[in-house]
Amino acid sequence: MLKILKYSFYDLMRSRWSYVYFAFYLLLGIVLLFLNNDLSKAVITLMNVIIVLVPLIGTIFGVMYYYNSQEFTELLLAQPIKRSSIFLGQYLGVALSLSMSLILGLGIPFVFYGLFESSAIWDFSLLLITGTFLTLIFTALAFNIALSNENKIKGFGYAILLWLFLAVIYDGLFLMTLIMFEDYPLDKLSLIGTMLNPIDLSRTLILLKLDISALLGYTGAVFKQFFGTSFGLIVSFVMLTFWVVMPVLRIVFKSKKKDF
Amino acid sequence: MRNLSLFLLAILLASTSVAQTIEVCKTCPISTLKDAISQAKEFDTIVVKKGTYKEHSIIVDKPLTIIGENYPVIDGELKGEIITITADDVTVDGLFIINVGTSYTEDYAAIRVRRSKNFVIQNLVLEKLFFGIYIEKSKDGKVFHNKIIGDALEEYNSGNGIQLWYSNNIQIEQNYVEHVRDGIYLEFSDNCLIKNNVSALNIRYGLHFMFSNDDIYQDNTFENNGAGVAVMFSKKIKMYNNTFKENWGTASYGMLLKEINDAEIIGNTFEDNTIGINIEGSNRIIYKHNNFSNNGWAIKVKGACYANTFTENNFLYNSFDIAYNSNVNDNVFDKNYWSNYTGYDLDKNGIGDVPYRPVKLFSYIVNRTPETIILLRSMFIDIIDFSEKVSPVFTPDDLLDNNPLIKKITW
Repeated sequence: MLKILKYSFYDLMRSRWSYVYFAFYLLLGIVLLFLNNDLSKAVITLMNVIIVLVPLIGTIFGVMYYYNSQEFTELLLAQPIKRSSIFLGQYLGVALSLSMSLILGLGIPFVFYGLFESSAIWDFSLLLITGTFLTLIFTALAFNIALSNENKIKGFGYAILLWLFLAVIYDGLFLMTLIMFEDYPLDKLSLIGTMLNPIDLSRTLILLKLDISALLGYTGAVFKQFFGTSFGLIVSFVMLTFWVVMPVLRIVFKSKKKDF
Repeated sequence: MRNLSLFLLAILLASTSVAQTIEVCKTCPISTLKDAISQAKEFDTIVVKKGTYKEHSIIVDKPLTIIGENYPVIDGELKGEIITITADDVTVDGLFIINVGTSYTEDYAAIRVRRSKNFVIQNLVLEKLFFGIYIEKSKDGKVFHNKIIGDALEEYNSGNGIQLWYSNNIQIEQNYVEHVRDGIYLEFSDNCLIKNNVSALNIRYGLHFMFSNDDIYQDNTFENNGAGVAVMFSKKIKMYNNTFKENWGTASYGMLLKEINDAEIIGNTFEDNTIGINIEGSNRIIYKHNNFSNNGWAIKVKGACYANTFTENNFLYNSFDIAYNSNVNDNVFDKNYWSNYTGYDLDKNGIGDVPYRPVKLFSYIVNRTPETIILLRSMFIDIIDFSEKVSPVFTPDDLLDNNPLIKKITW
């Protein structure tokens, strides 16, 4: 598995897209710091970008890589290698290279700007951790979709739809539910609703770490009580890990049964 | 004319020559402030030398000038009220008053002025206090350049820094108040001037106004107070060039206006507050040349607010510019600068060609269902805000700034 991981990783490292992705984050980081001059403000803007873009790119890239390397995968399948290690290797290769682009691309400008002396370092680390989690989650979901659909167009369609659902439509449904049940106490519901969607969970985690949390009023107080404690933080990271592990298990399961 | 001024001078000289100076120090014949007051005649001056005087319940019942040299300490030993002024024309200057007693039945103050006229209280330092300067049923006085540093932790067992009750024509200038319940508190006090004060880190309000009309407050700074500044049930108040900042917390405001009519709010700065101004039942108020920057909500209108005008203000980088809970609007927004404005100015006259809608759909939703705030900065919210901007359905149709400015206003 490690060999395949290494191969996928180096393959992606050589590919143009990784550089584009890396360069994009590098540029974003530099421009933000240049325009803002304020680390914590830049972190807020970055959050907006990360919770939308990272899942999108993870999904698209994952699907694309799977379909592109299909022939090579079939070649590998002819060798005496475990199926799970082939697919897991490929998955980790993609996810890790994407995460690396993200961390380095954003990290370098911030480090040069004096992140280590700043108090924003914890917010920033949280941002990178959630960004990495989102990459892992959405690449895994993308691999799932690609494994289940031979048809490339269909696969891409589902992948985009999945992203659209979690990034936009879910929030719409969530909002409607909250408004519909506004006469009832909604703290628990909104807490559960946030926990179920990795994008919302990441957004809330970062928002609460920033001083914007006072804006959230009473609801914010409830959330802060939950996420502010180490228990809440652990629960949310367990939830994010769960979101990674479930699709990965399905990759293993599906790849074993699939007829190539 | 010349005769008159000579005559006046003569009177002045006569009065000063009659007045005596009494010195108080540890080794003097008179070693306590109480003795000095009882021996003094009207219009005498008492000079208190440096030292510590353990005294409380000092009653100033004749017109005197009490001056401290090098800040002598008057230590109340937590036994009750320290100085009570009941006569007219009293001046207290340069004392360091500490350890006022705490009581749940009486409002002990470091210095209390009761039914007095023409008093001056200046250059005092008050520490470890319950109430600081308490002025009741008095008029024409001056509270100038005092420093009040409390150690209040909870609302129920702490007092206010400077409190006015049924007192008119009082000037409160250049005081510094921190860590008390309400920094400056006015109740039933008209025609007062509150100028150049700093009120910070107080448990409840930096400034608290109740039933006080025709007052002016200007050039004050209120920061980091538990709930900001509250102005309630008052008429014709003028607020100029004050700074309200960093009142940040789930129930904090820069300023809370409730039942305020005919006020003028001009040239103030509201910065980093959860809510810049919270308005309830306030009519005919003029908001002009104010800066609202980096607040959660710049202005939150809670209903029953009519005929207010907001002109030439800067709204800079607030999460929400204006929140409204009804879709009827009788207030005017005109010629403001909004940093969130995305329109254009083709004829280059400095005024945007497209009207600006300051109320976002999301702020309307949050008003209705506060829990939805958890979706703040979600992409879906941006999308619905955009569509509401294009064709308003829920937000007041006529709530718009027809002449949004393109550049930030400086004045």
